[in-house]
This record gives sequence, structure tokens and C-alpha cells, in this order.
Amino acid sequence: MFNRRKVLQWGAASAVLPGLCTSMPARAEDAVKIGLILPMTGGQSSTGKQIDNAIKLYMQQKGDTVAGRKIEIILKDDAAVPDNTKRLAQELIVNDKVNFIAGFGVTPAALAAAPLATQAKIPEVVMAAGTSIITERSPYIVRTSFTLAQSSTIIGDWAVKNGIKKVATLTSDYAPGNDALTFFKQRFTAGGGEIVEEVKVPLANPDFAPFLQRMKDAKPDAMFVFVPAGQGGNFMKQYAERGLDKSGIKVIGPGDVMDDDLLNNMGDAALGAVTAHLYSAAHPSEMNKDFVAAYKKAFGNRPGFMAVSGYDGIHLIYEALKKTGGATDGDKLIEAMKGMKWESPRGPISIDPETRDIVQNIYIRKVEKVDGELYNVEFATFEAVKDSGKTKK
Amino acid sequence: MTALSDVSTHAMASARCRISEVAFWVLALACAFLFPSRYLIMTDIVRLGLFALSLDLILGYAGIVSLGHAAFFGVGAYSAGLLALHGIINEPVIALVAAGLVAAVLGFLTSFLVIRGVDLTRLMVTLGIALLLEALAERFSDITGGTDGLQGIEMQPVLGLFAFDMFGRTGLFYSLVVLFILFLLARRVVHSPFGLSLRAIKNNPLRAAAIGVPVNRRLIAIYTLAAFYAGIAGALFTQTTALASLDVFSFERSADLMLVLVIGGTGYLYGGLIGAVVFKMLQELFQSITPQYWLFWIGLVLVVIVMVGRARIHRWVLFVPNLIIRQLAGRKAAVAVPESDAS
Amino acid sequence: MASILTNLFDGVAYGMLLFVLACGLAVTLGLMNFVNLAHGAFAMAGGYICAVLVNNSGWPFFAALPLAFIGSAAIGIALERTLYRHLYSRSHLDQVLFSIGLVFMSVAAVDYIMGSSRVFIKLPAALEGQIDLFGVGIGRYRLMIVVICGLLTLGLQLILAKTRFGSRLRAAVDDPRAASGLGINVPQVFAFTFAFGCGLAGLGGALSAEILGLDPYFPLKFMIYFLIVVTVGGSSSITGPFLASLLLGIADVAGKYYVPKVGPFVIYTVMIVILLWRPNGLFGRTAAR
Repeated sequence: MFNRRKVLQWGAASAVLPGLCTSMPARAEDAVKIGLILPMTGGQSSTGKQIDNAIKLYMQQKGDTVAGRKIEIILKDDAAVPDNTKRLAQELIVNDKVNFIAGFGVTPAALAAAPLATQAKIPEVVMAAGTSIITERSPYIVRTSFTLAQSSTIIGDWAVKNGIKKVATLTSDYAPGNDALTFFKQRFTAGGGEIVEEVKVPLANPDFAPFLQRMKDAKPDAMFVFVPAGQGGNFMKQYAERGLDKSGIKVIGPGDVMDDDLLNNMGDAALGAVTAHLYSAAHPSEMNKDFVAAYKKAFGNRPGFMAVSGYDGIHLIYEALKKTGGATDGDKLIEAMKGMKWESPRGPISIDPETRDIVQNIYIRKVEKVDGELYNVEFATFEAVKDSGKTKK
Repeated sequence: MTALSDVSTHAMASARCRISEVAFWVLALACAFLFPSRYLIMTDIVRLGLFALSLDLILGYAGIVSLGHAAFFGVGAYSAGLLALHGIINEPVIALVAAGLVAAVLGFLTSFLVIRGVDLTRLMVTLGIALLLEALAERFSDITGGTDGLQGIEMQPVLGLFAFDMFGRTGLFYSLVVLFILFLLARRVVHSPFGLSLRAIKNNPLRAAAIGVPVNRRLIAIYTLAAFYAGIAGALFTQTTALASLDVFSFERSADLMLVLVIGGTGYLYGGLIGAVVFKMLQELFQSITPQYWLFWIGLVLVVIVMVGRARIHRWVLFVPNLIIRQLAGRKAAVAVPESDAS
Repeated sequence: MASILTNLFDGVAYGMLLFVLACGLAVTLGLMNFVNLAHGAFAMAGGYICAVLVNNSGWPFFAALPLAFIGSAAIGIALERTLYRHLYSRSHLDQVLFSIGLVFMSVAAVDYIMGSSRVFIKLPAALEGQIDLFGVGIGRYRLMIVVICGLLTLGLQLILAKTRFGSRLRAAVDDPRAASGLGINVPQVFAFTFAFGCGLAGLGGALSAEILGLDPYFPLKFMIYFLIVVTVGGSSSITGPFLASLLLGIADVAGKYYVPKVGPFVIYTVMIVILLWRPNGLFGRTAAR
């Protein structure tokens, strides 16, 4: 093998001008290919676009060469339909010979690709999907987004400590929503809280009015809300319309509802909502300020948590390649990724060496007005939170 | 020449196997060998073709429009998935037939709702049934896995001999064989007296009833058969991808199916297959050019197809093959596209 | 008791909104016999026009609403003159293919121009919050919807039944040949009707951004709802779709409130049962071919 490569290199070298040859990096003969599978169309497309943007931004800032090898991104649209994901992943692996697969907007998509990652022994970097089980489905899966357990347990603890006794829950009826509900309920009721009303809303839900009315009639201290990122705005507007803000029912929940890219358009209704999440565009660090400014400049709007997950995902890939010196052996890359620690725009994060899931700070934030714009302002930090969905097992 | 003998000679002539048909299948098989790196997309096309064939049976031959054909596809997919997941029937071929039969039972039961009413009503009733099933599958998430879909399906080798591989080779040939067998069956059915009576119903249900065709019974029969086909297509989907998720019931799947069939043309069985090839290739092409905005170009193609006229496009496309066949076989226009729409 | 009335009110408001959105479709489908699945695209256009005017150009909300109507109607008439009118005599399947194509194009185009995130329209403070009427909470915004849509419905009914244009339209629909023989300019009547339907959809789109959410996938997401309203209502009059919208709105809201677990089933089950009972819709006279 060594000999053949040597021969090939010599052959290539003799074929081109020597001057040109010396200027070429030693191992630039083939690029490192990353198959990026994201929902670019359909209901989840804003997730896909944020991640795609963030990756573009990262590669602009850090260049497209790592450890002497060029990075090439192949973007595919799966419209969040798992059989598309599977087909695309398979084609990327078999035909394009990618060294990584990355992206994955929804849990079923990430799960559909899992057996392929195992079979082909290449890393699958999950940049969005947030159900706990994902990383357990293949030893080659690494996640840079979050799990719902992380933020939901924290907000459950916080609610208990801050004198919230009765909570009504409103969650979207799909896996992440159910995850959020389960973990919140567990912590909240263990701490002595009471769930007075539990409503699951269908995922494709045009109008929240009847559900909100139910919440209002249950008269809780606060309502725990999880709806997919895009629906948060409508939810908050209708929450205010129904006068729930005036009747003293607070909104708490994981931060998906208050996603930064929509927050400012929600209007003053959102003021005062308390959520637990991994990232806020208002995170007070130099790095984040630069990141937000660069992102805004390039794409015209604020980055949300999906953008940060994508940014960190590509960073992880870069760093892993640096560590292996450009080698693309799947096992080595995964080994390199395990336990990696770095400073992200969201704060310090690391990859749990055992579960390959992300360990990060979870911040409790309150929506406030800063310079005339709405932001999630962080006021409490729970450090290095692991995914409790797994640590129990 | 009496009307009767005219009809029977016409029927016999159209039932005869044509060179172009043989060529079509040889070409299909050749593609399977020529492009080993594209097994997956070809499997996808074959599945979609089978699914479209199923819709053609009711739309092209019996004039029943449906926007909810994904109901049967989904039931087939989940049946096959559950059978494999719980190890009830491990052999894929038997599981395939079983899943098809489950879908057929559902088709039989719902056919009573569908044969009432006019086109628009049928569209909405079929759509409603599919959406109801989707909601049911979401509700009973302990059986179906809810939004996560069925996870951990592991397929046994086909007939105990051919294991499903990562490259999709077995999946493709398996799907092709299934499609071919079912196609032959469908061809036999539509050229039988039963098939002819269906066309009579499609053209004028009252007249068909007047000449003694049991209209409702025939419609129920063909609807059940189409459900069986769609169920098989769904089961193939699950078996070749080892997945079954809620989107198998989705409106988009039914709507895409309609597009596929209308692009290919209804009422001559090949329409669905050709439409599937054209639609998937276009989608693949545009998606690789612009992953974000490919919908726009697909939409543009659809609009242009309609504005130019499907009949005209079919003529253009078939010009060359017809020329060749005329030269070789000395026959006149062997490939003809019957234009028949249900409306 | 109070919550029953509030729910009823919410249901009515939701139904009214559906009606404004869908009644243009009832006209094209029922009167002109054209399957225009792209109807939602006109609603989306109206919504985005209103959003851009209010959010970016600082127009007041109430001034932007008529513009949403006019803008959508203008797009409607342009498309009708260039594309749609060639397709009136084509088969339904061609029409489906064509209008789905238009939907795809509009979705991708809006996504390209406006981005894929949801858009919200900044509302005047007067429309926010709830007023308390004898203990019944009434949302101001929803109240406005009920008022606007109620007036529109009355107006439409009057135009169709009492004015010259209304009788021309009905004549043109009943028998285009005889109508043109009587000197009615049938294509013009159709074009005007089509544009008016699109304008109504645009207005509906602008009104619904607050409640249903506005993003590029709006036409695909709500296509089913529009079709339900039109088929259940029957498409031979305005009253049918109107009552069907109210029924669906109330059934949907009540279903979600009282039996949230089976909420999504309610609307589909109601539709199937009604269609089985009255295949031509609740108020259908003739078969919608």
C-alpha cells in the first residue's frame, strides 16, 4: 500500500512542473469530504439554513484546509423525511466516499443514518436532533447540539426552587416534546411540585387558542411549554392575546420556544418568559459577541441555537482532523473527538468520552429588552450539565 | 365489421405483447447492471413506480381519483415493519404478501366509503382516511413508535438466500422482480373482460350498469386490488430501507404520487413507471444543483408540462423510439400513448 | 360557562378566518369548475405584502390590509390573463398538476426572497389583549376578524344576489354559451371573479398571520383545510362554505379544548361523515364535477 502510494505520488510529481509540486501541501491529494444532510425545504427548513449558514461562516473564518487537507462540504436536502436521509447518507458514503456525515434536523433522520455510520465506520456528527437515545444507536455518533433532558431537568429544578407550585404543561406531541415533558415532570414532581393540567398539542397545529384556554382555566402558577422552534412566536402572541400574561401565569420551558432568530419579532408578549437553554445570543462573552456580529453581517439576522450547534459541529470536525493529523480513519476520529473540550460561543463545552454526547452549561434566562431589542438575558448558570436521559441507565 | 368483433380484436391486439414493452423491461434490467452506484435511487424509482401503478389501476382504468393512496402504502409499510420487528414473519416475501393483504383488507373496507360520491368528494374522503390513519399512527405510538418511527427493523435474507446489503443491490433486484411480477398481473387484469368492464364504467357508469355490469362490485374489486398493490409498495419501502415512519401516510406522498402518474399519463400501466423515472430524475437533478430551491424548478417544469400539453410532449418523446420500431418491425407507431383522464 | 362562550367565540373567529381564506377557492372550484390548488399561494402573497408594509415600511396595520387585498388580486389577475385562462377547458388532472407546480414555485420563491423563518406582523396596541364582556374573555384581534369577515360575507352575499354583476356571474357559470350569447363578456367576468377571490385570500392571509403563522409553506400546509371547507360546504353558493367554515372552526376548537387527546381526529371525522351523508356537501345542489 505504502509503495503504491509512493509510486503514484512520484508519477504525479513527474507529470507536473516541479515548481508547482513543491508548493502543494503534502497530503492534498484528496479532500476530506463531509456529507451534510439537512432539511433545507419543508417545515424544518429554518433549522437547516441556520446550520448551513454557521458552517459557511466557520469555514470563511478558519479557512477550508485542516492539517494539510482541504475540506469539502456536500450539502443534501432531506426535507426531514427519514427515508430520504437514509438514501442520501448511503449514497454519500458509497458514491462520494465521504469521511463524515453530519447535520440531521430531526431525530428520526439521525436514527435512520445510525446503522450506516456503524457499518461504514465513519463519524456521524449530529448538529440538531435532540432526543436522548440518538448517541446510543451507534458508536460513531457524536452530538454537538443538546438533549432535551438537559434543559428540561434544569428548568424543573429551577421551578421548584423558585416557589412555583402548580404547573400546567403544553407540549407538542412528538418525541422531543414528550422527552421534554417527561424529564420536566420527573424533576418537578420529585421536588414537590404539582402538574395540574397536561396538554399535548398536535405537531401540525394552526391555532393554539383552545389549548391556551385550557391552560388559563387550570389556573397554574406557570405553564411549561415546548413547541418546535418555529411555532414559538405564534404561541407567545396568542398567550398574550388571551391575557395569560396579565393573569400571572408565567411561561417556563426549554429554550426552543424563545429561539433567538425569532425572538425579536414576537413582540413584548415574550417579556419575562423564563427558559433554560444552552445558548443565548446575548451570552456575555467576547467570543459570542464576535460570533453574533459576524453572523449578522453575513446573513442579516441573529444566530439561534441551531446555528451554534452547527458552528460547534464543524469546529469539532476540524479539531478532530487536527488531532489525527489529517487521517480520516473513523475509529481514530471518534477517539479524537471523545473528551474534547473547547470554548464555544455558547460557553465552555465538551464531548462526554463515555456517551459521545455534549456536556455543556445550561443557562436560565429571562426575556428582557436590551437596546430596544428582545434578548434572552442569562441570570443563572448550571455548569457542565450531562444528558440525564442517559446517565440514569 | 360489427362493433362486437371490433372491440374484441382491439382488446386482443392491445393485450398482445409488444416489442416496445420487451425493450422497456430489458432497458430497466440493463440499468440495474449498468449503474451499480445508483442502486438506491433506482430502488426508490421502482417502489414509486409500483405505487403509481397501483393508482393507475383505479384512476386510469376505473376513474376513481384518490388523494389518499398513501393510506395503503403506509399500512403496508407498517405491517411489514411490525412483522419483521416482532419476528412474526421473518421471510421477506411472505411478509410482503401478508402486508399487501392487510392493505387489501383496509382497501375493501374503505371502498364502500369511496365509491359513493363524485370526484371531489372522493378526493377528500380518501385524503381524510389517510390523514386519520396518520393521526392514529401518531396516537398509538407504543405500537408504531410515533414520530420516531419504527426503529431497529432487521430484515432477514430474501427467500433465505439473498441478504440485504448496504449498497442496496439485493433491495433493487428484489424490488424489480416484485414490480415485474405485479406488472404482469396488472396487465393480465386490465386486458381481461373484467378490465374492459372497468373502462366501460369509467366512461359512463350509467350505461355500464344498463348493459349489466355490476358497477359497485367491480369498483370495490379494483379498489381492493389497488390497495393490495399499494400495500406491497409500502412493504417494499420498509423492507428495503428498514424504516417506517409517520410520513408514509403523509399528504405529500399521495400528492407526489398523483403528480408522478399524471406526468407519465394514465390508463396504459407504463405511465406510472415512466412518470416515476422522470419525476425522481428531475428531483435528483434539481436537488443536486440547488438543495434549497429545487422546489421552484420542479414547479416550473410542472407548469411548463401543462402549458405545452402532455399529449404533445409524449409525442415528442416517443418520436425517436417510434421511428426505430417502425424501421425494425415494419409496423406503424407501435408505441402509442392513450390519453385518458379521469374527469 | 364563561369558557364555553369563549371557546364558541374562538371557534367562530377561526371559522370566519377559514371562510375568507377559502371562499375564493369555492368560487373558482364551484362556479368556474377550476381546481386551483394554488389558492393558498395568493393568501401567502397577501400575508407577506402586509408584513413587509407594516414591518419594513412602517405602514399602519389597517392601511396595509387593503393593500394585501389589492396586491393579491393584482397577482391573481396577471396570472389569470397569462396562464389560468388557457386551462379552464383542460382536464382536472392538468389543472391539479399546473396549480401544484405554481405552489412549488411560490414556496421556493418566497423562501428565497423572504427567508424560511416565520414572519409576524406588528400589530397596533389596540388589537392586543382581551376584553372582558360579562365575564367572557374576548380577544380583540379575534373580534376584529369576526367583524371584518362578517361584513365581507354580507357584502359578498349582497353582490351575488342583488347586483348586476352578481347575476351576470351566475349566468356565466350556469351556461357560459348562453350567457355570451346574451352579450355578457364571460372571460372578463371570470377574470374579475378570479381576481376578487385571490384578493380575498390575500386579505385572509394577512389576517391569519397572527393566528395560523406565516411562512413559505403556508400554501401547502393549509391546502387541505381550504379543500375541506369547500367540499363540506358544497360549492354552489357562498352560504355553504360559510356555514361549513363555522362548523369546522367550532368543531376544531371544541374538539381541542374538551378532548385534546383526540383533537386532530375531530376535523377529519366530521368531514368524512358529512361527505358520506351528503356527497355534494352540506348545501350542494349539483355535483361539483
